[in-house]
Amino acid sequence: MKKSIIKLVKVWKTYKMGDVEVHALRGLDLEVMQGEFLAIQGPSGSGKSTAMNLVGCLDIPTKGTIFLDTHDISKLTESNLAQIRGRKIGFIFQQFNLINTLTSMENVMLPMMFQGFSEEKRRKRAIELLELVSLGDRLDHKPKELSGGQQQRVAIARALAVDPDVILADEPTGNLDSKTGDSVMDFLNKLNKEGKTIVMVTHDDELAQKAGRIVYLKDGQVITKEDRK
Amino acid sequence: MLVDLLKLSWAGIKHRRLRSWLTMIGIFIGIAAVVSLVGLGEGLRVAITSQFGFLGTDSLTVTAVSPGFGPPGQGAVNPLKDDLMKKIESIQGVNTAYARIVESALLEYNDNQRMSYVGSVPEGHDRKSFETMLNLNIETGRLLRDSDKAKVVLGNRYSTEDIFGKPVEVGKEVLINGEPFIVIGILEKKGSFIVDGSILMNEQDAKELYNDDKTVDLIIVKVESEALVPQVQENVEKLLRKERGVKVGEEDFQVQTPAKALESLNQTLFAIQLFVYIIATISLVVGGIGIMNTMYTAVLERTREIGIMKAIGARNSMIFLLFFLESGFIGLVGGIIGTGLGFSLSHGLAFLARQAGFRLIQASVSPLLIFGSLAFSFSLGTIFGVLPALRAAKMQPVEALRG
Ligand SMILES: Nc1ncnc2c1ncn2[C@@H]1O[C@H](COP(=O)(O)OP(=O)(O)OP(=O)(O)O)[C@@H](O)[C@H]1O
Ligand SMILES: [Mg+2]
Repeated sequence: MKKSIIKLVKVWKTYKMGDVEVHALRGLDLEVMQGEFLAIQGPSGSGKSTAMNLVGCLDIPTKGTIFLDTHDISKLTESNLAQIRGRKIGFIFQQFNLINTLTSMENVMLPMMFQGFSEEKRRKRAIELLELVSLGDRLDHKPKELSGGQQQRVAIARALAVDPDVILADEPTGNLDSKTGDSVMDFLNKLNKEGKTIVMVTHDDELAQKAGRIVYLKDGQVITKEDRK
Repeated sequence: MLVDLLKLSWAGIKHRRLRSWLTMIGIFIGIAAVVSLVGLGEGLRVAITSQFGFLGTDSLTVTAVSPGFGPPGQGAVNPLKDDLMKKIESIQGVNTAYARIVESALLEYNDNQRMSYVGSVPEGHDRKSFETMLNLNIETGRLLRDSDKAKVVLGNRYSTEDIFGKPVEVGKEVLINGEPFIVIGILEKKGSFIVDGSILMNEQDAKELYNDDKTVDLIIVKVESEALVPQVQENVEKLLRKERGVKVGEEDFQVQTPAKALESLNQTLFAIQLFVYIIATISLVVGGIGIMNTMYTAVLERTREIGIMKAIGARNSMIFLLFFLESGFIGLVGGIIGTGLGFSLSHGLAFLARQAGFRLIQASVSPLLIFGSLAFSFSLGTIFGVLPALRAAKMQPVEALRG
């Protein structure tokens, strides 16, 4: 029996735009199991990114409960959440989101710095990780000096820096050509085989098929495969 | 952790645009003003008190000044000729008139250097009464005699305080402006740093050292009694006007009682100081607000970066520190430039003042002053960075990531 690592129970996320309320999530139930590769799909505006942010402890729900390893984290303060996501979660974004003024090395070292790793350990691990994503020869390059695929690989190395349990990737291949996208996907698959839990949002049905399980979202709720049509 | 944040925020300021540097001009000006003022203040104090501080109320001082008021260096000073003494001494009520050469000097011993000043001792029968007037007593060695050449008597502090790494002793050789002199005596401690820090040499030596045997810096007129001072003052002024061919109101010299001279100089000095401090305070506040504005802009421009850092585990306190320190660094850079400017300014002004005839003025920007102003400008930066840093720290990660 697999154990649940993150569980959203009847989660609502509501944005107030003046007088109008936008319900990005409407009572979403979602469970991420330890060690699985979960793909989230759904039309634009269905709440995929919002759900990812909640899974990643980047945001708190308007209503409902979120459990991380059975602890309720839906009421924690921003600083507590920062601590949790800093240790447990690695993010990969569609826009790479590297810090432009820092080199590849420094970008990968940053999460470790926030966790108080020693300088020496940070350097050693950053080099290892960049070599793992085949960027051993781009250590001192700034993001602007790298191709999109290379930037995303730096972002992957950064996501792995503190050896988190869960990797969250919101359309990681969205800004890449299909060949580069495939290699990113293969890499995520490899990480999953090595035991990492991975949640990925994607519009690409082919890529989604390579994941272990697919969840479809629509209007802030999970729908079944049959309802999709 | 703190060291890492320091490094990261230092890296942050390297990417600033010129515009944000320009907002720091207020800091440059403010710090430069304070540093140059404090640096000069000490020099002025030494200059003033060493000229006038030790004379009694029954004496007058005569100095050459540039005519009228105006920027220093405006008009060349017409120095006092050394034939004036005889003429002044013939005035009714004058006891004696001593010529003095008082010049700044670089004293070197044991490979260490120190700015000081040389005062000449009159020769012949004036010597004894001069020594009595200044109440000079010897601690070791002896006082100067007429036959002494290339010999000096030093103030007490050179033998007791740790100035050159080892105390100066009688019989040792020192260099004054590069010329060798033998120390023949050390004065008794007076408690006044003017006397305790002075170098005394015979008038002839002083003239040779400063390449000048016709002019003097200062004439001290000893009056028979205090009651006669105002009248003698008037007569000396009359004599000098005639000798130097100037009209009433256009004097290029000053005849003053020491107390009066000190008082008027102190007043001018105080007014200047007050003015500069006001300017400095205004500049610093303007500079501080400039920093705050720069930091608000930086926080806005880097909203996305803040979101990224939060997403990868930066706590609010770290984001706060990052911008807080960065703001401090901007202040520090402003302070470094300002201190440099102030350092040059005080030495430049001292140079101009010396050209204008205030020969003893030396600027002294001490390490403590430099360290203090740098620490101050860093703190100023951090203080004005608190609000922008708080704004950065409080951003919601998801919104910040949106940019
Ligand atoms: N900060 C916000 N303020 C107001 N509305 C928001 C905000 N964030 C999201 N929404 C709304 O919530 C809904 C879900 O947005 P979300 O970004 O989760 O969609 P998505 O499934 O990721 O879409 P896409 O595939 O286009 O990325 C949308 O209708 C969006 O307009
Ligand atoms: Mg999205």
